[in-house]
Amino acid sequence: MSTTPSSLTFSRRNFLRTSSLAGGGLLIGFNLLTACKSDVKPPVDLADLNYNDFNAFIKIAKNGAVTIFSPNPEIGQGVKTAMPMIIAEELGVAWDKVLVQQGILDTENYTRQIAGGSQSIRFSYEPLRQTGATARQMLVNAAAARWGVEASELTVSEGIITNGAGETLGFGDVVDDAAKLEVPKDVKLKEPKDFKIIGTDQVNVDIDKIITGKPLFGLDYKVDGMVYAAVLRPPAFGQELESYDASEAKALPGVIDVITIGKKMNALLGGEETNWTVQMNATEKVVVIAKTTWDAFKGKKAIKAQWKETSALESTEFQDKKLNALLDGTEFTTLREDGDVEKAFTQADKVLEQTYESPFLPHNCMEPMNFFANVTEEKVHLVGPIQTPEDAANTVAELLGRDIKDIHLEMTRMGGGFGRRLYGDFVYEAAEISDAIKKPVKMVSSREDDMSTGVYRPAIKYRIKAAIKDGELTGYQLKEAAINGNMYGLIPNFFPAGAVENYKVDVANYASNVTTGAWRAPYTNFLAYAEQSFFDEIAEAMEVDKVQLRLDLLEKVKGNTDERIEYDPERLQAVLKMAVDKSGWGKAPEGTYQGVVAYYCHNSHVAEVADVQIENGMPVVKKVTCVVDCGIVINPLGARNQIVGGVIDGVGHAMYGQFGFKNGEPTSNNYDTYRLIRMKEAPIVDAYMIQNELAPTGLGEPALPPAGGAVSNALKAATGKRIYKQPFMEDPDFWKVPNEKILG
Amino acid sequence: MPKYNLTINGKSRSVEASEDTPLLWILRDNLDMVGTKFGCGIAQCGACTVHVDGNAARSCSLPVASAVDREITTIEGLSEDGSHPVQKAWKEVDVPQCGYCQSGQIMTASAFLAQNKSPTEAEIKDAMHGNICRCAAYNRIHKAVGIAAGNMEA
Repeated sequence: MSTTPSSLTFSRRNFLRTSSLAGGGLLIGFNLLTACKSDVKPPVDLADLNYNDFNAFIKIAKNGAVTIFSPNPEIGQGVKTAMPMIIAEELGVAWDKVLVQQGILDTENYTRQIAGGSQSIRFSYEPLRQTGATARQMLVNAAAARWGVEASELTVSEGIITNGAGETLGFGDVVDDAAKLEVPKDVKLKEPKDFKIIGTDQVNVDIDKIITGKPLFGLDYKVDGMVYAAVLRPPAFGQELESYDASEAKALPGVIDVITIGKKMNALLGGEETNWTVQMNATEKVVVIAKTTWDAFKGKKAIKAQWKETSALESTEFQDKKLNALLDGTEFTTLREDGDVEKAFTQADKVLEQTYESPFLPHNCMEPMNFFANVTEEKVHLVGPIQTPEDAANTVAELLGRDIKDIHLEMTRMGGGFGRRLYGDFVYEAAEISDAIKKPVKMVSSREDDMSTGVYRPAIKYRIKAAIKDGELTGYQLKEAAINGNMYGLIPNFFPAGAVENYKVDVANYASNVTTGAWRAPYTNFLAYAEQSFFDEIAEAMEVDKVQLRLDLLEKVKGNTDERIEYDPERLQAVLKMAVDKSGWGKAPEGTYQGVVAYYCHNSHVAEVADVQIENGMPVVKKVTCVVDCGIVINPLGARNQIVGGVIDGVGHAMYGQFGFKNGEPTSNNYDTYRLIRMKEAPIVDAYMIQNELAPTGLGEPALPPAGGAVSNALKAATGKRIYKQPFMEDPDFWKVPNEKILG
Repeated sequence: MPKYNLTINGKSRSVEASEDTPLLWILRDNLDMVGTKFGCGIAQCGACTVHVDGNAARSCSLPVASAVDREITTIEGLSEDGSHPVQKAWKEVDVPQCGYCQSGQIMTASAFLAQNKSPTEAEIKDAMHGNICRCAAYNRIHKAVGIAAGNMEA
């Protein structure tokens, strides 16, 4: 019923190559998921690591020290720690003896070297284990040859190989021999019960640099002779540059030059509006080049620009009407249809229908968008925080008319991503600026730039309708009206697909000139609240227990042979039951009001219970109990951080995230007018993970979507009012706490 | 451009900059001390927090001209080797996710604990409320400040 990651079917042959290092030691190069070309070997000198043929490396030095070059971008989701842990486990070394370095990026032969969709661990688990196990087997084979015994007689622990007589050899003692051996095929992987590193708590590998303020992020990168650039972009969606006067800016101390960019991207686009981030860049922008960031920011403020209207300057009210018209209309695309919902509604004893609404949201990564570029005759050097390095490098090559081999892209740690850094507009800007001024340059956005020229979560409305007959849910129809694009194709196969005989998902969208894109857990980040609120309404209408309704619906999915269904009903039931148990559901003390949800997305199963209390006449989210089934947990310490953070992020945006447009201009551009959740509003999150030996799934996103639903359901319990619109704080019903509850 | 003599992490530093340049950019761009982070530029998020005469201050909104004759401490100078009780607690708890806001969080927490050796839960929340963590590692920040408080007393 659930899908199998393609990693489980990757070719075991041809993905590993080894070589002897010039100074001694073994270097293993490998490609995750893809085979290596048959004629390439890893370099014999570390200075030659180029990642063209391999996207990751393990180095075992003669002294036994192990260095793992971690391939995937790190945005705070923890893969720079978790992915090397998987290798180290199968290799058989002590984790505290492993040094982890971020892999440098280049663009040939990459596969899924991106951070997005909570998929890094899911797709790389098997290949990483195979890599570690193969290296271990080569070292064991070398030791067996040395001793003249069978490899099967030897054991490995913490980098030491031991034979039947109790003699030992360290990995470092046999690396040079191992480097000369054939790469073994079909090595044996460990049984999960024998894991020594996977499943243990390990602190983030960058912790020392973070707590001492060492250079680590894109904004921290600098080279000699580097200048800074601030980009003046159109202030409203629908506007373009008409003219500008830079005389005042150029007279400021520290300002080196004022140029414009955007023409190259315009030419590249050729009138085709196919790619959002290319389109964002295909407008003329004024760029201030200066000696420091502050000089550049000041210079930008001194530019006198005139803007012209080239398409409609939309406001939130206008977009709202467009979405309402779509929901009320008949122009839908049907993504999934089971049975006959119309018939179910006609024959029902009771029909429920509700509409749920959410605003646009900016990503608000704490590290504002920035990128380094140095375009020279020889190469294009790009350094910075990007979730999709391959795509960025390809677009820059096209933009500058360069061979992809000229593009050298290095990833830094990212000060948050949340989807924003999937889009490479800031990379193209930096590259175009450096190409124009022939200098190394750092493009730096201000917070105002970031929030007002974003790639927002689109505003969306869901209308959900249910048919109830003879005490059963007989029909369920979900309609989505969204700005610019609709839910991805897997979502219609999430719960409750398969649980209701007559089921239909219809979508429609309005094409706006506001740029929109993925925002942590796209679509589900709001859909979970809408559907899980509606399930509570169904339970109330059917006069059944809210937990029992969900368990009963899931029971109906068991044995369903529909291959499209994405979730596992037993796993979803299990997390829900555990959340009920751990949260004390139904046994809350007087004055505590609870809301429950069970949700599947990003291949993980999650249940949450929110506890709300009334303080000073206002509902306050005090605690959220969260139970996750994400299969085998590589690093529970890191995993718990993702879960707790995801829940609080979900609560925060559901409560406070308010963003809109007036005549094409965003209504907020910094934290004085845009509210993010802070310390005093953050609930305590009790996180639990189901213990099993199933293949691991992602954690960067799945804990977030259910949080809004759990809070919504708890608010209903606390106030008696159902809130249909995010953010909750803006809804007048949020404040209508009945007197008896305040006094109680 | 005018010249300013600053005392940063106990050392005398001289910089040339326009007088309204915020200390944040002096540290990052002029002095290559990039541990202090740029978040919002309007003293709302706390990523740029440093100590000025022992008090937590937002370096993005402190003009260089006002930083003269003050004792400035940045994350790089909080300890030689990451051994300040707050830094140690941050590591023990494994606070960071993306890690970007954490130097500001640590500087806020260390200034607060220097003045309040045994804070209550509510006092910790009040003290840390001004620092945004977009990854929402608030539970761990709270826990780490509590642990650091215990270790500073000892």
